[in-house]
Amino acid sequence: MLSVNITKVFDSFRLETQFEVEEGSITAIFGKSGAGKTSTINAIAGLTRPDVGVIQIGNTTLFDQNLRINLPIYKRQIGYVFQDDRLFPHMTVQNNLIYGTPKNRDVANSLNLTDITGLLELAPLLERRPRTLSGGEKQRVAIGRALLSNPKLLLMDEPLASIDVQHRFEILPFIQRVREKTGITIIYVTHALEEVIFIADQIILLSEGQVTAQGTVEEIMSRLDLHPMTSRFDAGAVISAIYSGYDKEFDLGELSFDGGTLRIAGLNAEIGIHLRAHIRARDVSLMLDKPKDTSVLNVFKGELIEIRHEDGPQLDLLINIGTPLIARITRKSLNDLNLGIGSKVYAMIKAVAIDRRTLGTSLATSSSETKPKKV
Amino acid sequence: MTILSPVEYEIVLLSVQVATWSVLISMPLSLATAWLLSRRQFYGHLIVDGLVHLPMVIPPVVVGYVLLLLFGRQGPIGGFLSEVLGITIAFTWKGAAIASAVMAFPLMVRAIRLSFQAIDEGLEEAAATLGASPFRVFFTITIPIISPGLIAAAILGFARSLGEFGATITFVSNIPGETRTLPLALFTLIQTPGGDAAAVRLLSISVILALGALIASEYLARRITRQVKR
Repeated sequence: MLSVNITKVFDSFRLETQFEVEEGSITAIFGKSGAGKTSTINAIAGLTRPDVGVIQIGNTTLFDQNLRINLPIYKRQIGYVFQDDRLFPHMTVQNNLIYGTPKNRDVANSLNLTDITGLLELAPLLERRPRTLSGGEKQRVAIGRALLSNPKLLLMDEPLASIDVQHRFEILPFIQRVREKTGITIIYVTHALEEVIFIADQIILLSEGQVTAQGTVEEIMSRLDLHPMTSRFDAGAVISAIYSGYDKEFDLGELSFDGGTLRIAGLNAEIGIHLRAHIRARDVSLMLDKPKDTSVLNVFKGELIEIRHEDGPQLDLLINIGTPLIARITRKSLNDLNLGIGSKVYAMIKAVAIDRRTLGTSLATSSSETKPKKV
Repeated sequence: MTILSPVEYEIVLLSVQVATWSVLISMPLSLATAWLLSRRQFYGHLIVDGLVHLPMVIPPVVVGYVLLLLFGRQGPIGGFLSEVLGITIAFTWKGAAIASAVMAFPLMVRAIRLSFQAIDEGLEEAAATLGASPFRVFFTITIPIISPGLIAAAILGFARSLGEFGATITFVSNIPGETRTLPLALFTLIQTPGGDAAAVRLLSISVILALGALIASEYLARRITRQVKR
């Protein structure tokens, strides 16, 4: 387990963060640029020195101002995948990969070059120079290089930022695979909500140098009060579900969750896998009576449990349909339907409105289970 | 040697020997100084920076005279070297190499410093996160990446040493076969009545030598730059 409790005063703002991260989890540090995300992980890696505080991994103290402990970067055993790949330009891909591999090969359970090459599909790149690689390939090498240094923790600072938009989502499954096969704890810094939903178990919400909230992706995303910080436009609940069936005739995938079955257009996955669907609040509409003759495939009965009033024409409602769901409607509709806390409503979600790209594999429920470290 | 006379050959060989040793002496010191000045904040930074550039701005004769005071038989360093180690510096080619090294030093520091400033420190940080000690980072990341700068510095120092005159003649005099390098030989010929033809020959040799060094360095630098470029 990683625990961080640090303060550092910069010219323009004050970083004051305290959080803990479970072993084997993927935790996203999410926030706007300038919120202190990178400064936080730089402190963990030893690249910046906090003014006061303590940083520990398990029983190892990396930093403790009171005890005058400040372990140098190279002794911390923390892998770091930077925003820019930072591959060594004068070395081949293979030499980049093995640069940090511990010299004594008897290190228990550590990954070797063959494992990593297979996992990240790097075999065809080994003899090449970093400058000849695409952005996505470079980041895959950077991830492999970090893993081969046998780290206790992997930090990733917006690893997709330097990759062009079309290829960005090709990297995420690799990161997922890394976690599944190695069980390594990952801290993933990003300001892109869809990456968080795709990959993370936990979110640490950072705003102006402070942790404003921490919890599972589902918890944080269903909190109406956090919308100004998560994303106003993409605000919406995240539903954990199991892929339960596929309607071949109409090309519809079915996701079972606590409140029923969600149908999503064009989703064909392996039956039984955990998936996570991000239902944007503005894709959810409400009716008082059970709708008939509607084109909308997903209709769930629920109860209104929270209203977040805001200035302006629209507001967000939290509805319990067995799991929290958020709907964004106009103030006028709230008025016309005479909605209040406890109102029974039917929530409608168009099957075509759900962005298939944001369907992340959720492993959040099994974070306590020990995963084999060997690939 | 049919093109060069035995005397000319001796002069060229001595010049190259002195310049090579001058670069070899100056390189580690320049590297250390450049690193210190570009990577470390310390009290007296400005003073060290000024001292480094001193040989560039004071008359070479002064440099030569100071060297003579330090390295002469009676001098603090020269006395030690000759008594304890039996090495004589003053009025030998070794002294010429030291004089050239001192004169080349500021130029080499400047060139290396520029490379230190141009290097992406993120690469060094990345190496550290991979478990590399500062020592390993320096020799496996920093040095290879700044190697084009090191070559540029070496060539600059070499060329400066080939042309060194004032400090050399003051410190080690103008002894044929021992300290008479190209510029000193040229100077001697100009002083000699009827030495013009021989002087022009030497002049041509020195131009060719300098040009050759520049072309070789350019070729080398390009090859290495291609290797280390992002």
